[in-house]
This record gives sequence, C-alpha cells and structure tokens, in this order.
Amino acid sequence: MPKLTIDGIPVEVEPGLTVLQACERAGIEIPRFCYHERLSIAGNCRMCLVEQEKAPKPIASCAMPVMEGMVIKTNTPMVQKARRGVMEFLLLNHPLDCPICDQGGECDLQDQAMAYGMDHGRYEENKRAVRDKYMGPLVKTIMTRCIHCTRCVRFATEVAGVEELGALGRGEHMEITTYLEKALASEVSANVIDLCPVGALTSKPYAFNARPWELRKTESVDVMDAVGSNVRVDTRGREVMRVLPRLNEDVNEEWISDKSRYACDGLRRQRLDRPYLHRDGKLVPVTWREALGAAAERLKAARPERIAAVAGDLCDAESMFALKGLMASLGVGNLECRQDGAKLPASSRADYLFNTTIAGIERADACLLVGTNPRWEAALVNTRLRKRHLMGGFKIAAIGPALNLTFPVEMLGDGPKALVEIAAGTHPFAQVLKDAKAPMLILGMGALARPDGAAIYALARKLGEGLKREGWNGFNVLHTAAARVGAMDLGFLPSGKLGDIGAVLDAASGGGLDVVYLLGADEIDMKRLGKSFVIYQGHHGDAGAHRADLILPGAAYTEKNGTYVNLEGRAQLAMLASAPPGEAREDWKIVRALSEAAGKTLPYDTLGALRQAMVKAHPSFAHIGGVEPASLAAFNGAAGAPGSGAFAYPIANFYMTDPISRASTTMAECTEAFLNGSAPLGADRGTGTHG
Amino acid sequence: MALQDKDRIFTNLYGLHDFRLKGARARGDWDGTKALLERGRDTIIQQMKDSGLRGRGGAGFGAGLKWSFMPKKSDGRPHYLVVNADEGEPGTCKDRDIMRHDPHKLVEGCLVASFAMGANACYIYIRGEFAREAENLQVAIDEAYEAGLIGKNACGSGWDFDLYVHRGAGAYICGEETALLESLEGKKGQPRLKPPFPAGSGLYGCPTTVNNVETIAVAPTILRRGPAWFAGIGRPNNTGTKVFCISGHVNKPCNVEEEMGIPLKELIERHAGGVRGGWDNIYACIPGGSSVPVVPKSVCDTLLMDFDSCRAVRSGLGTAAVIVMDKSTDIVRAIARLSKFYMHESCGQCTPCREGTGWMWRVMERMVRGDAEIAEIDMLQEVTTQIDGHTICALGDAAAWPIQGLIRHFRPEMEQRIAERRSRAQRQAAE
Repeated sequence: MPKLTIDGIPVEVEPGLTVLQACERAGIEIPRFCYHERLSIAGNCRMCLVEQEKAPKPIASCAMPVMEGMVIKTNTPMVQKARRGVMEFLLLNHPLDCPICDQGGECDLQDQAMAYGMDHGRYEENKRAVRDKYMGPLVKTIMTRCIHCTRCVRFATEVAGVEELGALGRGEHMEITTYLEKALASEVSANVIDLCPVGALTSKPYAFNARPWELRKTESVDVMDAVGSNVRVDTRGREVMRVLPRLNEDVNEEWISDKSRYACDGLRRQRLDRPYLHRDGKLVPVTWREALGAAAERLKAARPERIAAVAGDLCDAESMFALKGLMASLGVGNLECRQDGAKLPASSRADYLFNTTIAGIERADACLLVGTNPRWEAALVNTRLRKRHLMGGFKIAAIGPALNLTFPVEMLGDGPKALVEIAAGTHPFAQVLKDAKAPMLILGMGALARPDGAAIYALARKLGEGLKREGWNGFNVLHTAAARVGAMDLGFLPSGKLGDIGAVLDAASGGGLDVVYLLGADEIDMKRLGKSFVIYQGHHGDAGAHRADLILPGAAYTEKNGTYVNLEGRAQLAMLASAPPGEAREDWKIVRALSEAAGKTLPYDTLGALRQAMVKAHPSFAHIGGVEPASLAAFNGAAGAPGSGAFAYPIANFYMTDPISRASTTMAECTEAFLNGSAPLGADRGTGTHG
Repeated sequence: MALQDKDRIFTNLYGLHDFRLKGARARGDWDGTKALLERGRDTIIQQMKDSGLRGRGGAGFGAGLKWSFMPKKSDGRPHYLVVNADEGEPGTCKDRDIMRHDPHKLVEGCLVASFAMGANACYIYIRGEFAREAENLQVAIDEAYEAGLIGKNACGSGWDFDLYVHRGAGAYICGEETALLESLEGKKGQPRLKPPFPAGSGLYGCPTTVNNVETIAVAPTILRRGPAWFAGIGRPNNTGTKVFCISGHVNKPCNVEEEMGIPLKELIERHAGGVRGGWDNIYACIPGGSSVPVVPKSVCDTLLMDFDSCRAVRSGLGTAAVIVMDKSTDIVRAIARLSKFYMHESCGQCTPCREGTGWMWRVMERMVRGDAEIAEIDMLQEVTTQIDGHTICALGDAAAWPIQGLIRHFRPEMEQRIAERRSRAQRQAAE
C-alpha cells in the first residue's frame, strides 16, 4: 500500500487510487468540476490541481495515480493561484444570470467561486453566447452556461449507453450537443441534470418552479418500478416539486430512471380527494361515514366466498397487511396481488426474489434473460448489467423478441423453445452457464404472465438450481410492480377457490362475486368485473375508479409512511412528504376504519402497532434497508409442457405504467417524443441571452 | 565552422535529385539496413543514446532514451511506432521537404526504429494539407514493399514490418502526440492525460512511441556512420545536425541542414542571404517556431542555435524554425496574430487554454491599437502564467510563451502605444 504525505499528514491508501481520492481519505477537500467517481476521468476542468513536491508544474489530482513517497500539498500559493486562475477562466464566458438560473443554490460553480474564486472579474471583453440544443422533453439546455466538463457526455456514453451526446468544435467554439438535435433516447437521461455542475442542463418540467431553499426534502423510495430506487422528494407546501436520486450503492447507486424522476407531476392530476358512491347511475360525493357504512354493509351482506380483494402495484405493505387482516376476519380467502396473472409460486421467498441482488450483478460472469426487457422493466438493473458488461468477460444472452439493451446481447430465440433446450442441456448456452463461476438467470414477467407461465417457471427454476454456487444464488425474478414482492411476502394470495386473477375475473363476470375490493388495482380488465359491487381504494381516477361503485380516496407513495419491498426482497420505507389531498387518507387508516364499521375491528390503532403486528407475522419486514438471503428450496411446482408462442414483454410504454405516470403530462410528452417520435426538430434555439 | 557537405544527412533536401528508391540508394539509403538490424535492439538503442540525438519535434527529449522506455518484451500487446508528420507549427516546413524529397530516409528510419522498439507496425500521421508529400511518401513505401525492404521479412532480416500513412484532417492540435493518437484511433483529436505515457499505453492502449519525422529520418544515417560521428558535430548535449527553417525578413528564406549550435547570425547570413537591410536592421527573432518566446536583437547578436543556448535566453529551439523580423515589424501585431492562431487551434478540452487563449487574443488585439491600460500589461502577463503549466498538453504553454516573450522584451513598445493613443484621444477631445 503506497504511503504518501498530504499537507504534512501521512496517509496510506490502497494502490490504484488517485491523488484526489487519497486527499479525500485524508479529509482534505479538493474542488472539482469534471471529476465524478462513477465516470471515467477526463481531467479537463483543471480545478483539482495540487502541488507535488519535485514536480515542476501543478498536477491534476483527479487523474494522477498515487505513488509511494509522494508529497502532496494542497494549500500552497501555487495551488491557490491555480485554483483562482481556473475559476477565473471558467467565469469568463459564464453568464451572470444566476438570479434566473434554476441551478441557483445548488450550483457547484457558485459554491466553488465563493470558496476559491476572486472577488472581482478582470475580463472586459464580450462574453460568448452559445445556441441552446434540443435534448428532449426532460432536459432543458442553456448552453451558454456550459463549462465543458463533459460529465454529461461521459454519462451518456458510459452509463446510459447511448452515444448521442458529444462535443463539436474546437477551443472557444466547442459545444456540447446531441449532434442531430434529437432527444436523448435513454431511460436514465435526466441524470445528466444532476451531473451538470452548472445550470447548462436543467430540468425542463421543473423550470422556474422553485428554489432549492424553499423545498422541504424527504428521503423516500420510488415505486415506479420494482427496483425501489432511493429518492429524495422535494415538496413545497403539499405539492411535490421534484424527485431526486439518493445514494444507495446496493440499489440505484446515484441514478434514477426518468419515470421515477418525472412522473411526480402525475401526483397533482386525476386525484381522488373525497369518497364517492355510485347512486342513480353516477358517482356522487359522500361523506367518509356514508362511504365506510356502504362498504361495510356490502361486505357484511355478502357471503365470504362471494367476496374478492385485489391489491395493486403501488400498495404499501401496511395497507395490504391491514386489508388481508380484514378479509381474514370476514373469512374471505379470495385474495390476489398478481394483477398481470404472473404464475409466481410463493412456496419460499427465494422463488420470487431477485436473489443475486442488484449489486451482485457486478460479480456475475454469465447471464440469461428470459422474457424480460430490463431496460424498460427496471432501468437501473439494466444500467448495472451494462456496467458489468463494460467490465468485460460477461456473457449475456436473452430469450424473447429482439432487444436493444444498450449493450450486445446474444438472442437465442423468441419463445420457450430455447429455454427448454437450455434446461435440457442441449443448447450451447447451457454449457456457458455450467462453466460460469457466477451465472445468473433473470426471469421476467413476459415469461410468467401467460397461460403456460407455470410450466416456464418450473423449467427456469430447474435451470436456476444449476446456477447455485458457493455463496451465490443465480435465480432471479424481475418484477415490474413495486408492491409485488411485499404482497407476496405478506401472502396476499388466494387461499380460497379462486386460484388466480383470471379465476377472480371469470367469477366476477359470471356473477359469482358480490363484492370486489380493489386496493389500488388498476391493471386488470375492469369490463370483466360484471355486476359485482366494486370498492376502489386508491389515489388516482384511473381504470379502477372509473369502474368503481364506491371510491375510498387513499394516499400516493409520497403521502404516506409505508414499507415497500423491492425485487431483491429489500424492505424500505417510503416517507410522508406531503399530506394527501382533500379528504383522502393514508390507506391503512381507511382499512382500519372500515374494519370498525364492519364490526371486525383490527387490533391496532397506530402505524407502529400495525408494523409490530406485521413484523410478528412476517419477520422479513423487520430488517429495513437490508436483504435477507433466501435459499432455493426444492421446488415441486406443477411442470407440464410450455407452449410455443413468443414471449411478449410486459411493458409497452416505459413512460406510462401505472396510475401516477399515466396522469403525468411529462410522461405524456415523453411518450410523444420517444415512442411516437414527434420531437420538435430545432425547437428552443435561444442562447439564454437572446432576450 | 559550418557543416561540411560530407556531414550532411539530407542530401536531397532541395529536391534536386530523384526522390525514388533508385535515387535514394545512390545517396546511400537502404545501404546495409539488414546489418543495422542485426546489431540487435539493445545495441541500436544504446547507439542512439550515444549519438546524443535529441527529438527534433520541439521538446528536445533524448531519442535513444525515449526508445528505451518501450517494454523490452511484449506482454501480448503489439508495440507501435507512430511518426508525427503533422507538421503545423507556424514557421516550420522541414518535415515537408524531407517527405517529398527524401522519403526513403524516413521509411528506412521507420523500419530501424520500429525494430529497435519491437514494433511490427508503424503509422505515419501526415498533415492533411500535405497532399503531394503524402503521395511521394506513399510512392516510397510502395517501392520499399516492392523491393522487399519492408513488409514480411524486411530487408531479409526476418523482421516483419508494415508501414501505413494516415492523413490528418487539419487540426494543429493533432500534432500533439497523444491527440495524434486519439485522432489516429478515429476520435476527436484531444490530448490525453499523462500518465499513462504512450510507452506504457498509447495507440489502442498498446506501448507506443511517437517521434518526429526528422528524428526518425536521421536514425539510419547515425547508425551507419556511427554515433561518435554524430556526437562529434555540434556542442555537448546538443549534438548533430539539424534542419533549420529560416523565414521572415531575410533575403532568401530557406530550409538548411546545419550544425547544432551555429550562431544565429551566421546561420542567417550564410544561408538566408542575410536580414533584409542588413544585420543591424533585425528587430526580433523567434528562434524555434511560433510557440517559443520572441527574442530581441541584443539576444540575436550572440544566440547559438541549440536547445540549451536558446533555453538560457528564456526562449527555445523548438522546431528550429527561425522567424526573422526586421524593424518594419509591428511586433505587437505579430504576436497578436500568433495569439489568434492558438485561440483558433486550442482543442477546447481543458479550461485554461479554452478560455484563456481567447482572452489573451482579445487583450492583444487591444494592445495592438493601444486601446488598453498600462496595468493590463501586467494582467496579461499574469493571465499567461495562469495558463502556462496548468493545462493537459503544451498548447497552453505555447500560447502563453510568445506573449511572455513580448512583454519581457518589448514592454516599452506596448506602453508607448497605449500612451500615444491616450494623448491622441486627449488632443481630439481638446479640439
């Protein structure tokens, strides 16, 4: 381990670190613009220059590897002069538009100019103006502010895997551009906004909406997919102004998908803010007392086997636990959480988890994707796969229709046939998996949500048992719904006659159900609910509310304290960032109130008591933030022969997958721009100083 | 003690003879190349070190030493020699004449140098504007292939060697060695960070040495005539012959091969027909291409043209492109023009150079008119020191040095101009 001296402090660091990292270990802050831990080193901003003893010139600490016996100084006149000089150069052509810049208050250039810059400018010539570039509906550009750190270029090329950003021109005329004025076709494109150290790339939907110091920040988790990205929800009043990523190395590193970031404007639209009851052919507003009374009356009147409850994709575990408790007390066994009809068994946790874990992908050396398009189903799992691909020595193949995952994937066929062959060991890729030290299989809903899903699951499970290694479980299920794993953990599954969602819908349309309780369930075919009395508890006026006979307005994920379990089985807490609108209430409270109205009062009055009961019944919820490794037990599921039809990926439009994103205008714009390809060519041609 | 004809290396520098293989052979090229190679890698490198040859591209780094940085044994990666023929330094035109009139010297040098570095492939990155030169070079390469001098079993030595010409697209910065490698790889020509140095990780991440055309072209002759011969010419640590490019206010601008360490005055008077209007009419001189600081007549009088002597007067030999300026020169304007050049050619990658070159040029333009404050001269000086040494590559330094030279030696001229403009303005205001 190299030993070096930094400002007189002896430091010993692992080899391969840069001087900048060593300085950080020694507790010395080095200013920087272009350097970013997760991107390749550019060394172009020159802000991190430090003095190395015996070196004639200052060195760029971000790019210089540590060497034995180095003596580094970070507070000498030489270093101060270098920093002041670079700061002055950066500010030469940077516009003085901080008062109208959305980066204001969280601008690296502002902060570092305060710390390292001069108190006055000496540049008396005209400043440069740069024409703005079109980067799609999410990223607003004011390119005059750009300091050419190339973080965005490196992010797009390396992490997002879309080589659509680059620099054109030379010297002063160098400009960051999308070359063809096209929207940045990536699901994680908006992360360039966070990376941009200045206000050149800012958030278009959030433009001129708020200042960072006006916002209340709440650390929470995202529910737009099953990854459980850690986010920070910024609110002003009761409005969610923006969602930003929060660092979690095990889950999302420091990125989030564009949907996680921008669907939040959907929280303001189509909201259910008071109870409604279907009367005389239309929904009429009622009081909570009336609504709960009506619900209780229906539930009490119906025989238990003529009641069913379906939990949706955005439900917190607490509300599902409470509803399950209520249904149990009524004797109802027709519970279901697999809205898409996925043939997922729940015999043990390992059966339906992403056992390798997301961070574990980096240790894998072979991967088989079955019926999944991770780029759309879990964008951050895809960026991990890409990261692993870039490390080299990673064989990845897929079964399903053609895919573009931003990295090359060997396509083995579009239907179950290839899987059958691999499971039988007759396919060449079977050998690849067998020889691999850490092979993984990712089974998607595209393979399970179909009539022969159970047979495919059994095949994949059999294959998955062959992917076990010492300390390694290579069997993974890629969920698409944030609530799914939590619901499976809670056992929100049929114990009665109706074995899956298809059976529930068949029964309902055939008149076999009197009451269907939809807890935020919007993804089922509402037409097949027949004449049953539908109670919809949820937060958006989406499919479920349109069909409902009774609406109980609940809270969205930013409006309640709830537990979500991500696809790895990691229980994480979503925190209340703002109050639900109008008369809407937190969901577990609604169920609790309903239980009282129905005369089956649930045995808890507070969230704490509910959680205690939940942890007691399901210990996996005790460990917040971590993953309990689950091991694959022997699987005795029904086998049978899979069909021959091609897999269909479960998501047809990445930008609209749930009631919140469907209500979002930003997501609608993204759909227009990225799916319908109607990007306004050459829009926004200003320079920021164009008046 | 001028260079004698028998000691000249470039015997067809003026294109008076046939540049093709036949003519080249008549001049001694490709003579016993196999025997040169048979001396072995270590001997060749040692002899290059003994000759004292310093790189002819501008920095003057020991050529033998540079070659010795290449790994002795390949770790599986190929080695490359890349010849920097992207000659773009204003005032410099030596490589151009070598390539169009004596290309076989370069081709043979490529073989010898590649062999010494364990490289089976060599790329010559030639400036895009050199169309005819690239053609002649290609003719020479084709002839050499045809004659079995390069290619499989080059010269019967058992060494396989391929040589490629790659034409640049007209960016000065692509003459910087790592930017050249980027460009050769098909990327935007921007200098790379060092470390890693090209000898460890250069072209396509493989060990690479980048040398100037002249450095490579003189190597076979040095080996043939012996390092002691070369080391015997010139001054200690500044040995051998050098092609000087003399331009500007001289009667006969020319390229000439001369001994290192020749006095500037002798060089100009003997080969360039003297300064226009006589030696006393010289005002200033840039001794080594546009990037080195300008020196005034008082320095020119005694300046010896070699690396260390030029350095001692705080200038540099650079590419030995002597730009002579007589007393008719507007020196501020001349340097301002160079500032514009560097602003135009800055790659834009790193901050001080991207932003600083434009600033310097704009201030220089005002200095030309005298439209400035005296204090701005000091500010300009400080700005140059904020760029110099703070950039990824040497272009920042090259942009700063001419202005530093100007301020060092011609500050009174700048101040006078500012004062004149001011008094003119006051007069006009009074009228």
